[in-house]
Amino acid sequence: MHEIYNLVTGPLAWLAWGIFIVGSIYRLAIMYILAKKKDAPSLAYMSWGFSLRSIINWLIPFNALGWRRNPLMTVATFAFHICLVVAPIFLLAHVALWDQFFGITYPVLDEKVTDIMTMIVVAACLIFAARRIFQKEVRYVSGFQDWLILVIAVLPFATGLLAYYQLGNYQVMIVLHILSGEIMLAAIPFTRLSHMLFSVFTRSYMGSEFGGVRRVKDW
Amino acid sequence: MGIKDRLIEDVGLREGVKRLTEDKIEQVVQTVLKGETGARLAAYSEICMRCGLCSEACHFYLSHDGDPSYSPVGKVQQTMAVLLKKKGRVSPDFIYGMAQIAYTECNLCRRCVHFCPVGIDTGYIMSTVRRICHKLGVTPQYIQDTAHSHSATFNQMWVKEDEWTDSLQWQEDEAREEFPGLRIPLDKEGADIYYSVIAPEPKFRTQLIYQAAAIMNAAGADWTMPSEPGWDNSDMCMFTGDFEMMGRLKRKHFESAQKLKVKRIVMGECGHAFRSVYDMGNRWVAWKMYPVPVIHSIEFFWELMKQGKIKLAKKYPGPVTVHDPCNVVRGRGHHEKLRELVRFLVDGPIIETASNREHNICCTAGGGVINCGPPFKNVRLDGSKAKAEELRATGVKTIVAPCHNCHGGLEDTVHRYKLDMHIKFLGDIIYECMEKPS
Ligand code: SF4
Ligand code: SF4
Repeated sequence: MHEIYNLVTGPLAWLAWGIFIVGSIYRLAIMYILAKKKDAPSLAYMSWGFSLRSIINWLIPFNALGWRRNPLMTVATFAFHICLVVAPIFLLAHVALWDQFFGITYPVLDEKVTDIMTMIVVAACLIFAARRIFQKEVRYVSGFQDWLILVIAVLPFATGLLAYYQLGNYQVMIVLHILSGEIMLAAIPFTRLSHMLFSVFTRSYMGSEFGGVRRVKDW
Repeated sequence: MGIKDRLIEDVGLREGVKRLTEDKIEQVVQTVLKGETGARLAAYSEICMRCGLCSEACHFYLSHDGDPSYSPVGKVQQTMAVLLKKKGRVSPDFIYGMAQIAYTECNLCRRCVHFCPVGIDTGYIMSTVRRICHKLGVTPQYIQDTAHSHSATFNQMWVKEDEWTDSLQWQEDEAREEFPGLRIPLDKEGADIYYSVIAPEPKFRTQLIYQAAAIMNAAGADWTMPSEPGWDNSDMCMFTGDFEMMGRLKRKHFESAQKLKVKRIVMGECGHAFRSVYDMGNRWVAWKMYPVPVIHSIEFFWELMKQGKIKLAKKYPGPVTVHDPCNVVRGRGHHEKLRELVRFLVDGPIIETASNREHNICCTAGGGVINCGPPFKNVRLDGSKAKAEELRATGVKTIVAPCHNCHGGLEDTVHRYKLDMHIKFLGDIIYECMEKPS
């Protein structure tokens, strides 16, 4: 068990971060080159002001028409994304690892808070899954990729909770937790999780078109 | 659920697919995907989260009791998603259904943009599907006929050159009875305004030319209309996917204005022509912006009003509701000017539909859908139920709609859903209410 633990916290962790960082840069670079080559009629209209205007307005819950018409999804989506990013970064146990391996320390969130945030992530995933099963317009367009990324996203959090509450074999749980976190990182550039990389650009583009060419808001 | 259960016979689509083989389809799809699309389509197809949030946006979905195969993402799922997955190797039958979806079940109205958090433009995806259909020779017969007319005559309705000038002179003659001294100046070099229309106006809505002339005359405008091709600003080729022809039309239109050295172009109350000029056609010919300033009638009338050049003898009896045409409102932000103008012209309030301004629901005729003709009329009207309900809820008798396509579509909608409303152009109202020589 100890060897496996060393493996997942050592080489595999490096590998996962490596794939995530190099893969992301690679995907962004290739996409940029493609855009330069093929999308001149779109790039020509990109504007910082309208991009930011669009991003900011879409980041306000219940601001865009789409958010207003789908209240449950608005709450679930915002809660999910905030917790998904914040909880792992400011979790006591994670910060302790940064300290242990690299001597880096920074403030942590109270464990009770990160605990609740983790539960929120899992709960939001359950909502997403329920929509895929029960809501016909979502079921109609759901495919393997969509389920895959949902599972990839929920696993690190679910196993994290189980480990924290020492449900099941702690050793096994913690290894699974680390491993699933690494899978998630490595999967970002190469699955639909890549919306993390690209959506800022598609949002900016839409904002620029609507602001600059069409002179209306895009939210 | 899906397009297979609702195929409609259309001779253009049927004859088109008869000529296809899987090899040919694959080759054409690849040409378009590799040659014409890029990061935009790649990103859209990769990061669409299949969340379905856009469903509520689409009037086709709303009007079909939430049938998921009509949602924006549902339509992408049945068309572009399959092409990408199978790398273009699909059957001719598939192309038939795909063409029917792209040409008749999406108005390219872009309302779904207001619903998609990651910023996907389903209208663009559907346009690209149409582009592929065009290159495959699979287009609905009626709209293809207008595209043919564009290529042969540079206008949409097979109007011959002498018929065009005859119509203008005829309208001038008629109008001179009511407004002595009125002229429709042809080919006047250096005029302030080059007035362009769509071909259905000389063909069967000549009163619109009459009214425009009356308004120009009353405003004392220095204006002209061209006698040669280029006068038709409409662009069905943009909607069939014939982008080469779209580019030629744009050039012709602007060159005709440049030849006359006019200061700017004023377009009649047309939505799609405006889209073609500022959004799609200009890009195809690699103009970031159009070479001669262009404004839409809404803006032009608004200017006249601000300058005190519209003198009213009476106001139009309200209340009214305003229909916001996608291509000039979601497409150009003219909603407030439109309302200011309507408040000036109408005695009584504007009763808004539930979805208004840039969030408007499309008339269901736009994007070339009405131009696909009789075979698809019932489907189109089924799709306009959501719009009809919003209109009915206003309880008013008059809809102001500054767009030809919307007009045609709303007339059918009013009829089908027994709305007991009538539809007015801005020009109709201005003409009716303006001061006239007694
Ligand atoms: S562009 Fe308009 S018609 Fe087409 S899918 Fe979007 S909302 Fe529906
Ligand atoms: S809202 Fe956007 S991301 Fe969600 S399904 Fe529709 S197009 Fe895809």
